[in-house]
Amino acid sequence: MIYDHVLIRYGELALKGKNQKFFINKLRSNVQKALSDFPNLSIKGKRDHMYILLNGQDYEEIIERCKDIFGIQSFSLAIKVENDEEKIKEAVLEAILLEEGKTFKITAKRPNKNFPIPSQQMNQVLGGHILRNTEGWTVNVHNPDVEIRVEIRHDATYITSKKIPGKGGLPVGSTGKSLLLLSGGIDSPVAGYLTMKRGVQLEAIHFHSPPFTSDRARQKVEDLAQTLTKFGGEIKLHLIPFTDIQQKIFQNAPENYGMTIMRRVMLRISEQVARQREILSITTGESLGQVASQTMESMHAINEVTNYPIIRPLVAMDKVDIINISKQINTYDISIRPYEDCCTIFVPKAPKTRPRREKVNQFEAPIDFTDEIEKAINDMETVTFKSSKQNQGDIYDELF
Amino acid sequence: MIYLDNSATTKPHIEVLKTYQTVASEYFANPSSIHRLGGEVEKLINKAKEQVASILKVKSSEVFFTSGGTESNNLAIKGIAYRYQNRGKHIITTQIEHPSVLEVCKFLEANGFKVTYLPVNEHGEISLQDLEKALTNETILVTIMHVNNEIGTVQPISDIADMLIQYPKTFFHIDHVQGFGKLPLPYDHKGIDSVTISGHKIHGLKGTGCLIKKESVSLAPLFHGGQQEQGNRPGTENVAGAVSLAKAARLAKESQTNYDQLYRYQANLREVLEQYDQVTINSPKHGAAHILNFSVKGFKPEVLIHAFMDEGIVVSTKSACSSKQNEPSHVLLACGIDQSDASSAVRVSMNLDQKAEDIESFLQTFNNIIRQYENVMG
Repeated sequence: MIYDHVLIRYGELALKGKNQKFFINKLRSNVQKALSDFPNLSIKGKRDHMYILLNGQDYEEIIERCKDIFGIQSFSLAIKVENDEEKIKEAVLEAILLEEGKTFKITAKRPNKNFPIPSQQMNQVLGGHILRNTEGWTVNVHNPDVEIRVEIRHDATYITSKKIPGKGGLPVGSTGKSLLLLSGGIDSPVAGYLTMKRGVQLEAIHFHSPPFTSDRARQKVEDLAQTLTKFGGEIKLHLIPFTDIQQKIFQNAPENYGMTIMRRVMLRISEQVARQREILSITTGESLGQVASQTMESMHAINEVTNYPIIRPLVAMDKVDIINISKQINTYDISIRPYEDCCTIFVPKAPKTRPRREKVNQFEAPIDFTDEIEKAINDMETVTFKSSKQNQGDIYDELF
Repeated sequence: MIYLDNSATTKPHIEVLKTYQTVASEYFANPSSIHRLGGEVEKLINKAKEQVASILKVKSSEVFFTSGGTESNNLAIKGIAYRYQNRGKHIITTQIEHPSVLEVCKFLEANGFKVTYLPVNEHGEISLQDLEKALTNETILVTIMHVNNEIGTVQPISDIADMLIQYPKTFFHIDHVQGFGKLPLPYDHKGIDSVTISGHKIHGLKGTGCLIKKESVSLAPLFHGGQQEQGNRPGTENVAGAVSLAKAARLAKESQTNYDQLYRYQANLREVLEQYDQVTINSPKHGAAHILNFSVKGFKPEVLIHAFMDEGIVVSTKSACSSKQNEPSHVLLACGIDQSDASSAVRVSMNLDQKAEDIESFLQTFNNIIRQYENVMG
């Protein structure tokens, strides 16, 4: 017998009271989707844990994918046996034979108090069984090479060795949807990732200004969206043609206020798209004080145009920490590709770092964007990205 | 035809050829060009990297496409030697490496580096003690092959890597050309810094291959030019070659499970060949399954090769890269095999789809040839 289960432990999910069932179902369906290309698996969600029955499937790839699913606190490969002393002894012995090392420790837990033998006594029974039937293993309770956990639960007993940490957070889709402003830089994908960690399903919006911005810049954003699907399943990317609006701002507004006005128009468009798609919030990668457009004054001036909640997961983070996360989630190398996006063209030589609301309103008043905004939204193009394992229709697939 | 010279090169897989043709004819733009065509081609090359990386469980930024085994070995060895020569000028390798390692080491020796060539035992294995003794404060590189191309010896790579972790100044390069797709290697091991992989040994195309180079190492490039491959390998990318390599690697991985049956074939070959008085088996018992090297007393190897060829069976003498020199094999001499056996070695090398009948035909033909010529040759 080898490991035949993956045992998944919930984090704060387990604390969600009456909604617990909803969260667990969500997690189960996310796990199912992430592993949909392994048809042999069966996945069962219980009140206090979830397990994946491997049915002979190789577990390596499954472990890798479980590491990226939000809502999993930790997980382990497990052998599942009946709540029967002899069967447990047998399985524990087989588990230790798969391990390398010299010293071990048994940690038995008994959430199922109907099982007659208390945990402490179980530790001794199982430890003794291993010592009698193996050579070279000794007990070390403080610093063992291998720790075998025995969890005697209501449905069965699970025997596991290594505890693999999960990503924590909440299952994506359990707390609603947000519209992520995805620019192509380092910050916005990280903001999207952190928002997904709190259970949010993302859609993304990107503003592009061809021919001032290139196909390669668009490609970059598409690649970022694709990369993020690894953590949250499907992502819809809405591409807004922004050339006319940017030219109008450039021609009619004072140069140093151009950036502020541009951001305000982006936010107005985003709010309308969110409303159309019944999305209740907007997420951005703004980090306080990072660049001119992200000063307190600037946020104050830009935020005026919407009363939708704006989620800014990076607002209090340092750049180095943001970069570290972007490297972990594999968006960094995409983000640093050197193609201009709509935020880096038409950049004024001296943008206003402390714009004021009354000034912006005064400069904006004579410029009527109504038609351009309507047109931009009408011409919006939407591309759907599925997690890469599901992208079977990829035209390149047959080449690989 | 029964082809048993797979360690020299393999027949390209039809799917690999199709990929090459499609990419070369339809995705011909330069991946560095900024237009959309360039973007699509860049996507292909990135995807090829990701696929190779995921098969090897390394990062895609650690995959560098090259023209094959010889270039990868040159790039890693010279690259490390020249980049880190200020730390020390000592290199350790073995006596039984492929010429693309040995000759590079000799070249470096002629250019001010010191090289230790570790001896091997009769099975072709180095000893860890010898390696440990050879390591000095000046040692910047250890370069050792995984599977020997002539006799199939498998070196204890994991143990060497474990040991070298304690020598942070010393990089570890592995010539993995004969092992890739056949025997596992812990690519993500911290003690391993670079690994050479060749396409045409795994049913890919000549002129394709890659070097896995960990982020912990930086290289002096062999060529100078553009920023392709992070500047380590300038030159417009061979995109069709790279994608075809990714495909060959995937196909190789998928048929890796067939490898175990080659152990049975080799056992069968050994059992039968050992019954002939003239035959000495040169391959170690616990070596790789796909290579079997043996000598036949009194037979010049060319005669055997030609006689086999007449019967539609393709085998070879030592390594294709050294076989044109009319000299005994340096690998066999290093294993302590005498001059005459070392000069008369024949190599049978199998692929993962080899059939049991192929082996049977080979043995039958061998018997016929021996019986037909033993009086003349003996």
